[in-house]
Amino acid sequence: MITIQPHASETIRHQIDRMVLIKEFKTFLPQASIIFEKEALKPFECDGLSAYRCLPWLVVLPETIEQIQRIVRFCYQLDVPVVARGAGTGLAGGAMPLANGVLLSLAKLNRMLEIDIANRLAVVQPGVRNLAISQAVAPFGLYYAPDPSSQIACTIGGNVAENSGGVHCLKYGLTTHNILRVKMLTMDGELVTIGSHGLDSAGLDLLALMVGSEGMLGIIVEVTVKLLPIPEKAKVVLAAFDDIEKAGQAVAEIIAAGLIPAGLEMMDKAAIQAVEDFIHAGYPKNAEAILLCELDGTRQQVEEELDKAVALLTDSGAVEVKIAQSEHERQKMWAGRKSAFPAAGRMSPDYYCMDGTIPRRFLAEMLKNISGLSEKYGLAVANVFHAGDGNLHPLILYNANHEGELEKAEQLGGEILKLSVELGGTITGEHGVGVEKINHMCIQFADNELTQFHAVKSAFDEKGLLNPGKAVPTLHRCAEFGAMHVHHGEVAHPELDRF
Amino acid sequence: MQETTEAILQQAVRHAVDTKTPVNITGGNSKAFLGRELDGVPLSTCAHQGILNYHPSELIITARAGTLLSAMEQTLAEHGQMLAFEPPYFADTATLGGTIACGLSGPRRPFTGSARDFVLGCKLINGKAEIVSFGGEVIKNVAGYDVARLMAGAMGTLGVLLEVSLKVLPLPILELTSCFELEPSDAISKMAALASRSLPVSGLSYDGRILYVRLSGSEKAVKVSADKIGGDAAIADRSFWRQLNEQHLDFFQEDMNLWRIVVPPATAQLDLAGTWFYDWCGGLRWLKSDEPAQRIFAAAEKAQGHADLFKGKDRRGDVFQPLTGTLQQLNRNIKRAFDPAGIFNPNRLYRDW
Ligand SMILES: Cc1cc2nc3c(=O)[nH]c(=O)nc-3n(C[C@H](O)[C@H](O)[C@H](O)COP(=O)(O)OP(=O)(O)OC[C@H]3O[C@@H](n4cnc5c(N)ncnc54)[C@H](O)[C@@H]3O)c2cc1C
Ligand SMILES: Cc1cc2nc3c(=O)[nH]c(=O)nc-3n(C[C@H](O)[C@H](O)[C@H](O)COP(=O)(O)OP(=O)(O)OC[C@H]3O[C@@H](n4cnc5c(N)ncnc54)[C@H](O)[C@@H]3O)c2cc1C
Repeated sequence: MITIQPHASETIRHQIDRMVLIKEFKTFLPQASIIFEKEALKPFECDGLSAYRCLPWLVVLPETIEQIQRIVRFCYQLDVPVVARGAGTGLAGGAMPLANGVLLSLAKLNRMLEIDIANRLAVVQPGVRNLAISQAVAPFGLYYAPDPSSQIACTIGGNVAENSGGVHCLKYGLTTHNILRVKMLTMDGELVTIGSHGLDSAGLDLLALMVGSEGMLGIIVEVTVKLLPIPEKAKVVLAAFDDIEKAGQAVAEIIAAGLIPAGLEMMDKAAIQAVEDFIHAGYPKNAEAILLCELDGTRQQVEEELDKAVALLTDSGAVEVKIAQSEHERQKMWAGRKSAFPAAGRMSPDYYCMDGTIPRRFLAEMLKNISGLSEKYGLAVANVFHAGDGNLHPLILYNANHEGELEKAEQLGGEILKLSVELGGTITGEHGVGVEKINHMCIQFADNELTQFHAVKSAFDEKGLLNPGKAVPTLHRCAEFGAMHVHHGEVAHPELDRF
Repeated sequence: MQETTEAILQQAVRHAVDTKTPVNITGGNSKAFLGRELDGVPLSTCAHQGILNYHPSELIITARAGTLLSAMEQTLAEHGQMLAFEPPYFADTATLGGTIACGLSGPRRPFTGSARDFVLGCKLINGKAEIVSFGGEVIKNVAGYDVARLMAGAMGTLGVLLEVSLKVLPLPILELTSCFELEPSDAISKMAALASRSLPVSGLSYDGRILYVRLSGSEKAVKVSADKIGGDAAIADRSFWRQLNEQHLDFFQEDMNLWRIVVPPATAQLDLAGTWFYDWCGGLRWLKSDEPAQRIFAAAEKAQGHADLFKGKDRRGDVFQPLTGTLQQLNRNIKRAFDPAGIFNPNRLYRDW
């Protein structure tokens, strides 16, 4: 049993019969694009966070903007909620369906519409996969920079909704830095263009709000991404440490020395062993931690920076420093990092991936705490980090078939999130809040800040029909969550009703 | 005491809300020329100064909004770092708050990012006189809507910025400028070609005759790249970029309407009378022109861009590209979401809010 439950104050209630929608949708959608049989609904009951499930009420798979427009308009008229879904690889339950809402899959809008080489941009439909963009523009010497590990599967619409990152964020930024324009539909079916093909746009920067909005503000129906020239050269160096603190220090030294690696990733012993057993990436199995540091740019830049990085890593006490000698070896080193999640999945029947970010200087302190929590709950934790930007992915290993282990994993995770906030960081660096971290938003934000978020939401979606129950908790939810964590005998928000 | 400057600002906003008196937020007033003219009681953030948190190895700096931009950049330079969006000053008095509120970025912008790209978090007073914080002091953070970035370029219409956290980057070790004499259409394609190659380019601007190419980075990389692209290295040095950014070049000295037009960089020359200066690889076009505003707005829109009257005689008319339809409605809704009483810089951006 998961501990995070839908909250009455975040639920949209309606008495509409599903048949009313099915009948209407049949007038403009092919039969196969409307799913309502229980067996056929099953594959849509969760996203990448499979511990959280809900059988959808109705799934639709439109193919055109006009069809989506008719779907949302009809739902708007009837006050039926709508949840957008890309590839369903999200790790926070953002695309988890509702028992009384329409799940709107964007998967069939998967065409690349325009590649504009002179302006270094591509216009794509929301269901296009992240990797497909880079593949399509590679012949022109260009690529799309954000590269989440799920990039073979996840969609650009999902990336925009989550503001997804990847291993190259430190140098090339997140999705928000690599998007020029989106076209979206408001809940009442109005098509709006936000941003432009220029580098800034008229009016308020609504694009900033759209990126990372978790399907709460509008349905993204087209995305223009920025393209970058493929670097002339990329080299990766692997450094092994006998002490994880030294590895953390090495990261700080590299950055303080003025290097901005294209990627700077760390893995602890448990993660290294899981990966080695899984794909034999060539990582030293007895190391306490490894760092992968990638440098890219012109040939000379890479040579100069590589020399510097190797010297810094050696001085920081690395016991082994190994430069990938070929492109094949470089790919192999990265393949290890990118398969860390599935590797953890092989070690244990289930794993729960956390996503807090902290100021990097507290890395060692955080790790010590995580290992303490791991002991306290009796669950193993493997750690992989986007070390360059302080984004941690502790993977909590558990077995859902063992009574109470999922709850324990959730509690352990919750403590890590709380600690991330206490150290001046955030509960989520790139995976989003979704349903998973909705309670922990109450820790990170004060009431008036949450109220401000709700005001932003209403500015776009007055009826609150888009993805209700996700991303931003109501004050009522926080009151109850606070009550479970009573401090000094004081209940938070005594003025609010309890549900 | 710094605590009291925050409290004083909050009190002033509370008073403004209670009495429904519009305020005109000012920093160092270096960019008072920008935007529409407005009435309102001046609310100066100048006294709210000081760098609060700076750890060079975290690549993050947090300061109070009234902190002088010059003080920040000096501190950063001492640690070999910079604000990579190259903010223009326009006067020594420019503050962090004004810089972010205006959201302006210099020649490095297409290559390293804009003011909003580097914003990580902020603390502000909203239109209910509440002090609220969004984002934070970490590079990756997707908890809640990205309100901090929304503040960049909002011209103070959504709240009074109290503190801003920015990502910073290392200063390049070497910068070189190469020049090419070119016709306008050739300049546009040359800029596109240079930006499409793996080169450490950090500036591409064109004054109607000369194309200026700046390279920044590690020593060998810059030198080898300069040899690769060729051009004349003797015409301009790094001071050119500063003069461009601060509008000290001769082009900017004439007393006439100066338009800032942002279009997709490879856009062909626009059919508008006047003299041009291109920056941002062609993506930012300064135009000195007597063409009527409506014609300029229409031309910019047709080119999938937008135009602002950056320095102009008539600041009671439309200064920023007018919005229409649902986009206009969403802008208004967001304004109301932050400033329900409409007290912050009314009419500075648009005439109806
Ligand atoms: C193995 C694995 C590795 C991963 N690695 C990374 C990583 O390195 N970095 C990272 O950031 N993430 C990572 N993720 C998480 C996930 O892949 C990203 O969040 C991704 O962006 C989700 O895309 P999706 O198409 O699957 O979206 P979904 O999961 O379908 O949806 C995600 C959210 O976006 C909304 N949404 C989707 N499409 C639209 C649309 N068109 N309009 C409006 N809202 C929409 C949904 O409502 C939901 O809230 C990983 C996931 C897995 C399973
Ligand atoms: C005709 C005219 C000529 C002038 N000439 C001069 C002159 O020669 N020299 C001189 O020093 N001054 C002059 N001023 C005054 C000066 O321009 C303003 O004080 C200046 O705008 C402040 O500089 P700044 O860069 O910090 O940002 P500002 O220019 O103060 O502000 C720019 C924008 O940012 C907003 N803003 C600033 N701080 C914040 C904040 N903390 N939170 C939210 N929004 C904020 C402002 O509301 C404004 O919209 C002149 C004014 C006028 C009207």
